[in-house]
Parts: sequence; C-alpha cells; structure tokens
Amino acid sequence: MQAANANGAETGPTEDFVTVHVGDTLFGLAIERVHDVFVPSGVTPVPLAPPEIVGLLNLRGRVVTALCLRRRLGLPAAGAGADGPGAGMAIGLEQGGETFALVVDGVGEVLKLGADSREAVPINLDPRWRDLTVCVHRLDGRLLVILDVDALLNFNVTGAEAA
Amino acid sequence: MDDLLREFLTESAEHLDTVDAELVKFEQDPNNETILRHIFRLVHTIKGTCGFLGLPRLEALAHAAETLMGRFRDGMPVSSASVSLILATLDRLKAILADLEAAGTEPAGGDADLIDALERMSLGEAAPAPEPVLPEPVVRELKPGEVSLEDLEAAFLAAPGPDEDAFAPPPAPVPAAAAPRAPAAKPVAPEAAAPKADVSRSDVSTPQAARPEKAEAAPAEGGEAGPVKVQTIRVNVDTLEHLMTMVSELVLTRNQLLEIARRHEDSAYKVPLQRLSHVTAELQEGVMKTRMQPIGNAWQKLPRVVRDLSAELGKQIDLVMQGAETELDRQVLEVIKDPLTHMVRNSADHGLEATAARVAAGKPARGTIRLSAYHEGGTITIEIADDGKGLDLAAIRRKAVERNLASQAEVERMTDAQVAKFIFHAGFSTAAAVTSVSGRGVGMDVVKTNIETIGGIIDIATNPGRGTVFTIKIPLTLAIVAALIVRAGAHRFALPQVAVLELVRVGADAQAVERINGSPVLRLRERLLPIVSLTGVLGQGSGEPEAQAAGFVVVAQVGRQRFGILVDEVFHTEEIVVKPMSAKLRHIPLFAGNTILGDGAVVLIVDPNGVARQVSQGVQGAAAQAEAEAAEAEATEATTTLLVFKGGGGGFKAVPLSLVTRLEEIDASTVEWLGGRPLVQYRGRLMPLVPADEAIAIRSEGRQALVVFSDGERAMGLVVDAIVDIVEERLDIEIGAERSDLIGSAVLRGRATDIINIAHFLPLAYDDWARGPKRPVETATLLLVDDSAFFREMLSPVLKAAGYQVVTAGGADEALAALQADPRIAVVVTDLEMPGRSGFDLVAAMRGGDRRLAALPVIGLSGAVGAETVERARALAITDLVAKFDRSGLVAALAEIGAPALARAA
Repeated sequence: MQAANANGAETGPTEDFVTVHVGDTLFGLAIERVHDVFVPSGVTPVPLAPPEIVGLLNLRGRVVTALCLRRRLGLPAAGAGADGPGAGMAIGLEQGGETFALVVDGVGEVLKLGADSREAVPINLDPRWRDLTVCVHRLDGRLLVILDVDALLNFNVTGAEAA
Repeated sequence: MDDLLREFLTESAEHLDTVDAELVKFEQDPNNETILRHIFRLVHTIKGTCGFLGLPRLEALAHAAETLMGRFRDGMPVSSASVSLILATLDRLKAILADLEAAGTEPAGGDADLIDALERMSLGEAAPAPEPVLPEPVVRELKPGEVSLEDLEAAFLAAPGPDEDAFAPPPAPVPAAAAPRAPAAKPVAPEAAAPKADVSRSDVSTPQAARPEKAEAAPAEGGEAGPVKVQTIRVNVDTLEHLMTMVSELVLTRNQLLEIARRHEDSAYKVPLQRLSHVTAELQEGVMKTRMQPIGNAWQKLPRVVRDLSAELGKQIDLVMQGAETELDRQVLEVIKDPLTHMVRNSADHGLEATAARVAAGKPARGTIRLSAYHEGGTITIEIADDGKGLDLAAIRRKAVERNLASQAEVERMTDAQVAKFIFHAGFSTAAAVTSVSGRGVGMDVVKTNIETIGGIIDIATNPGRGTVFTIKIPLTLAIVAALIVRAGAHRFALPQVAVLELVRVGADAQAVERINGSPVLRLRERLLPIVSLTGVLGQGSGEPEAQAAGFVVVAQVGRQRFGILVDEVFHTEEIVVKPMSAKLRHIPLFAGNTILGDGAVVLIVDPNGVARQVSQGVQGAAAQAEAEAAEAEATEATTTLLVFKGGGGGFKAVPLSLVTRLEEIDASTVEWLGGRPLVQYRGRLMPLVPADEAIAIRSEGRQALVVFSDGERAMGLVVDAIVDIVEERLDIEIGAERSDLIGSAVLRGRATDIINIAHFLPLAYDDWARGPKRPVETATLLLVDDSAFFREMLSPVLKAAGYQVVTAGGADEALAALQADPRIAVVVTDLEMPGRSGFDLVAAMRGGDRRLAALPVIGLSGAVGAETVERARALAITDLVAKFDRSGLVAALAEIGAPALARAA
C-alpha cells in the first residue's frame, strides 16, 4: 500500500488521509495505517478494562480490541448511545501485530493533502489532544486534525504496572 | 547469515546441550562406552562441520576436546577435573556460538588457555595409557542405524583436522574378535549389548538425538548415512505456529457451521459437515502433535546444574529422571523450563541436608532428587521430590502470623499442607529468617505465578526428615481447551473445565446461598463453600440486590482452594481456541484470554486462578484487619490472648490461648466410646474427650470442634460447640464463680464470657493427671507470686501437674512472709510486673536476706522481655526469664533448674 501511495504522489509531496468525525470535529488518519473500515457489531465488553476500551469484537475470525475515540479524547459520550454496538463506524488499525478497532461517529472520504495546508498543532490545545495530534490541515470551511495512530494506541500506562 | 550457518547454529546448540548431559552421566559411569561414543560422535560432528564452514576457532576447540575424549576412549581414567575441563570447553563453545549467531562471524580472540589445558590433560596422562586398550566386548551384527567402529574411525580420520598424531593408533576392533573367548569378557557381553540396543532405539524414537547426525553429518561423515532413511525434517517454529493458528481458525469455522446446521433441519448438509468435523478434529490433533516435545528437553540442562551445585555445595546429589519422554506442547515447555530448573536448584540447595547431617540422621550420604513426569487425564503431572529434611512448618506458621498472612487461629487450624503453601507467597520466601530456618524458597512465588499463567497448579507435600515433594499439574496444551460457557449478568463467559469440579443449582426452589456478614457461602455436603458471584468479581454487581441469589454455582478448585463461582446460567461445554488477551487488557488478572464461539461472538475466558486470588484476598483483607485491631489493643494495655468458643447453652467461654496446644476439627464419626468415655484417635494415640460444659453433647455426625490441651505425651480434647474467635484483650476477671470448672467471668469484646478452669478438666480426662505422670522432684515446693488471682489459678494446676507443691502469694510482701514461714520452698516463680513492690523488689529483698533465700533459684515471668528487663534480671541473678503466658517455657525452665538444685534446697 505504501508503495502505491508513493507512486501516486505526482503533484508535490502529498499525503493521503482517511477522514473520520467525532462530534463536530473532523479527524484524519494516515491511510497506510488504516487496514479496514467496518461497522462494529457484537462488541463484547470487558469488565475492569480501561475506560477507553469498548470491548472485543470478531473481525473475520480475529479478535479485535475496540477502543472509543470519543473516550480516548476525553469527550463526553454522545447523546444517542453513540458507543453502543452498531453506532458509528470502526477503523481497523494495527500495532505490534495486534489489531485494534477505533470506534468513531462516522467515516468520511479519503483526502489527498499537501504541505501547503499543513499547520503545527496550536499550542493552546488541550494537553490530552496535543499528545495525540500530529498536525492540523486547513480545509475549506473546517479544520482537519491529524491523529497520531501510535499515540492513540499507547494508553496502557496505568495498566502496565498492575500487570 | 546463510541458511547453512543458521542450521549449523541450531544443531550445534542442541548437540552441546546433549553433550553436557551425557558428560555428567559419563562422569558417574566412566565405563559406559555407549555414552562415551555418543559424546565423541557429537563433538566430532561439531568439529567436522566447523571445518566445513570455515570456523577455525570453534574447530580448534572442538578438536582439543575431542582429543581428550579420545584418550578416555582409549582407557585413560576419567577424572572429575578432566570432565570439568571439557564442560568448560563446551561453555566456551556455546559462548562463541552465541556471538556467531549475533554477529554472523566468529568473534576474535583465542582459546589457547583451554586448548593448552586440554592438550596437557590428554598428553600428561596419555603416557601410561597405551596399555592394552579396553577391547570392544561386543561382536555382533550391527543393527540398522548403528555405525560400526571401523566406520566411525574412518570417519574420524577422514574428517578435516590436524589430528594425525594426536590420536593414538585406533583401537582396532580386531582384538575384540578374540574377546568372547576370554573367560572374563564373556559375562560382560550381554550387559554391554543392552545399552547398545538402547542407542539404536533412541536413534529412531527421539528425533532430537537422531536428527543431527542424519540430517547434517552427511557432508562430513560418509559412514554415518546408514541404512536408515531420513525420518525427520526440520520445520521452522513459525511455520508450525502459523499452521496451528490456521487450524484454530478452521475449528472455529467448523463450530460456526455446526451452529448453523443445528438451526436448520436441512439434512443435505449433515453428512459432509459431519465429515468435515471429523477431519478437522483429526487435523487439529495432528498439528498439536507437531508441537509436542518430550519434557526431557526442558530437563536437559539439569544434570549439569546438579553436578555444578553438588560440587559447589559439597553435597553428594543423585538426580533421577523418569518419564523424560512425556510429551507436551512446546509453548508449555518454554514456560516451565525455568521454574523447573529453579525448583531443582532449590531442592539441591535447601531441601537436601549437608552430607554430614544426612549421615547423622541415618540416611544415605547421597541425597536424591527425583524428577518424574507422566500423563494424567488431560494434564501432565511433574513431580520434584527430594529426600531431604522437609519444610520447617513451625517456622512457616510463625512467619505467616508475623507477616499477617493469617491469624493465629487460622494458622493453628490449618493442615500442614495448607501451611506449606505459604512459601508461595510473594516476599514470604525471600525473608531471610524463613529461608535460613526452613530452607525453602527464594522466588517460589515466581515459580507459582509462572505455572499459573499456563493454567497449571502446584502443590507441596512435606514430610519432616523425609523430604519434600512438589507436584505440578499443567495442561497438555494451551491452544485449545474444553470450557464451560456460562452467563453472568448480560454476558457470556468461558470457564476452563479443568478447574470445574461440579455444578450446583441454587435459588429459591433449590439450595439457598446463605450469607455471613454479607459474604455468600453454600452448604455443600456438610461443608461450607465460599462463593463469589462472577458479576461481583467483575465489578458489574449492582450493589446488594441479589439477596436471593439464583442460578448455578460452579464449584471450582485451584490448588487446594475450593470455592464456588455464582453464575446466572450455564449453557454447554465447548472446545474453545484460546486467543491471548490484547496487550492492553493483559493486566486484568481475571481473564486468561478470549475466544470466538460457534455463533461468532467473542467471549472472555475467566481465569480460575485469578478468581481464586480474589476470593482469598477478601479473606486476607479481613484477617489483616483483625490483626491490626489486635495490634492496636496490644499497644494500649498489657493484654491476654484468649480463645473464645461457644460451649453450653449458647454462652461464650474462653481459655488463655497459651494453654492451648492446637485447635482441631474432627469428623464426629471418628469418636469412639470406651468404658462409657469418649475417645478419639489423635496423632496415633488415643485422646480422651471432655465436654467443656455439661450441656454440650458430643456430636454424632458432622464436624466436631475440639480444643486440644497437651502436657508431655498426654493430650486432652475439650469438646466445644464452635470456636468463635481469638481475642487479645486486657483481662478483668471477676472471680466468684461457684463452679469449679470456671475461674470467673470477664467481658471480652463486649460479651460476657466465662473463663474456664483447665485444672478442672484435666483430671476428668486422666485421673492421675494432677499427680503427674513423672515426678522426679516430688517434694519440691514452689512459691508462685502473682498479683493476679487469675494467673495464680491458671498456673497452679500446671505447676502441680509438673510435680510441684505450690504455694501462692499475691504480692511481694506476702511472698516474703511465705518464704520466711515455709522453709521447704525451693524455687520461686514470680511475676516481675506487679503493682506496689514489683517482682524485682521481691528478688532484691530475697538476695539481700539470709543465705537460704539469697541462693534460691528464681524464675521471672514478664509480659515483655526486653533488653532492660534482661539486664535487671541478670543483676539480680534471676535464673530464668519466661514470657508470662508461656506455660511450656515455664515448665521447661523449671526442669532446667533441675533436680539437683531443688533437692539441695529441699
């Protein structure tokens, strides 16, 4: 996928992002990290798990840990059972040989963006967000917050010591 | 790194491990040519391949080692020093191999030191060697797979390496032809044939041993390729893992299909599906088999470990290994490898006594560690047994109480097996006091954790003076297990079936779950079973609404701990494929993994070990709290520890714990009646039972609680309704009971409690108790001084039973008067802390008085024996200091003063 990506970059250095939204905010994920887009169903909650983890689900015979972007970002749960099964979409991500599902409100299009619209992370952002963001792109009428996938999945600091 | 080199590395590592083990065997049995030849061949293979691959350093080392072994083969006596040298060489080889693996090239450096030593060893002692070499005692047809000596020799000579002159002329097999005719050699032949047969068998059956020579020796040794075809191939572990994963997926898919077929009546699918199901099962079994390895692989290093330890500790140790061929999943094998090594180390280090101590104890000087493995159901049992001194249970009990792991009462009631388990507590084993006394266990908690992570259990049986046996039960495989699917709350969970003993239905129309202070328990065949609700431990319980718990109790056992898990519903059992928990969730101790069920749903696998830990943690928490309370009470006042029990008409009674030997719960059916008196067999003797109150009837069924008092060889069981508690409180006794069985009453924990007078019960058990079984100093009179009437009452019978005439005094003045009045008084036992004139004042007065009193032996009783007290006591020539409630200590101290002093004084 990466190779194809590099070839497709004809007009200056551009990057592809899968856009997702949570609430009113639009987020972007580097396309080479996105393995899947699917509707999460049959999520089995894990008692005693960190709050970010929604549960486990069966993705074509693999057990996938689902985590909620909303909770990860410290956003309040959306009114109409946004993190219940069936609500929204999920992005399949991989890290360290494990598959994770990032549950979001919705998935948008794939955008090809160049460096011209790229901005550094505003310093006044919530520290929690700042740690999870790579940069921000200015789009027509709205902003696209690019998320750092590794940082997103790296939240088990508290659990590690217990283990 | 090219494939050839990589293959060489793996194989050489295996060879070296084998050589390690074989050499140790050889050292003990230097005449066993089979072993020697095996070693020789392995080292030679390494040497040959090194030359082939252009690894000069390895080759030179291997060559030097081989030369020395050649000397052994030629009949040079095998010394421990030479074996050590070869072992050191092997270690160097391994180190070089490790570097080679990391860097891809041989590390720089020389091995002149080792090579010199090896050469010196082989040359220095080679001179007297060339006497008639041990001839080959066997002449027979070679079995398939065996290599004739000539071939071997030819191979050795053909192998690259400058070994022409290092070799003695090869011991030609020719003289062997004459050997059978020699009378001495004749009886040897059958014996020697047996191990030979062994070799050929192992060549075929254990791939580890066979594979190397077959697969890889070919380039170096033409003679090696016997008539046996290559039976094994090397497969990358990753390939196997992948295969296993795929089979797991297949099993899941099959389960899904079966689920669908169950719902549809369409029978067209049934037959092929059935077939698919069978094939899948067989495939699963086959793939599992490829992952199986003999447990001997994990044991390979042990002989070496034991040999080194034996040298280091100066103990003679035999390591006996049985069932090395028992196979288990390689994943399991990896996990238990280190714990096993650790435990064998422990057994050698702490379990076995020093040689001198063994001889003194009348045991064989050589200690034995026995390692055995066998299949049992779906599990493998591994035993590590030593014939050493066993665990020091008394010390463990003491330590457990000290460390707040259990209360005094609990520890007293625990069986020895339960007590032994304390060594698995984290930190317990590392405590210097216990390790030095009991000997066992640095890191036993780690061993236990490791074994539990793979769903195994570990148990100890110890026999003082006879040894300790650790039993480990582990599942054959981790990948696929049978599990019970249950529902708790809104979700399903899988419970591994190994831990499940039975299912009990509970609820309104069935057996009810009862509660003690909110903790649910279940009566199961006359025993109380602690219950945890699954929703509760998972933190999903919605408070307390389950007053009337309904559903099923899954009775589970982990180690010796038995408990019930309350679930709402039980579905069925299913073979599930265990998938590891995500790294993000692995810290939750309650889950062993997860799986996908036939209907596609993901369920969590509950780890019974984790639940067991939760169950006992609750218990421990309570115990710790009680201890803390007790400690607090102690801090404020000098207190007495009393055992509170229920006896007669529901009233509470108490007895000072210091008088109690043990608490027991016996099966009421074991009570026997002799001459109208109840007796019970207790520790191989008959023990009379006496009810603590007339109102108590000895039960005829169920469990009967006893408080055991003993004095020397005699023991008496006081029958009580139930043991309630152990309290530590300041004792304010109101004397005044009219009854001789009671000393008085006191308020303990806000309850009026009768304090019983043991002196009343002892004669009921043994008519002659008061007279005492043996009284060496019958006439000695003892003055007991204590301001507390209770203690005077309490100690008098004890002292009388020990054979003294007892005179009591309630204070120092009274005591001095009594001493003046009664010249027979030969020894004084006094409380040191008394209001007004203390015990010290009394002794000071005595020491300042006339000669008789000044020389009188005095035993001081003190609540707290501190350095200051000891100092003062020494200044006043107090013979001995005894803790106030230490009854046996007092009697022992009196005995120590001994007959001579008393007789003289008398």
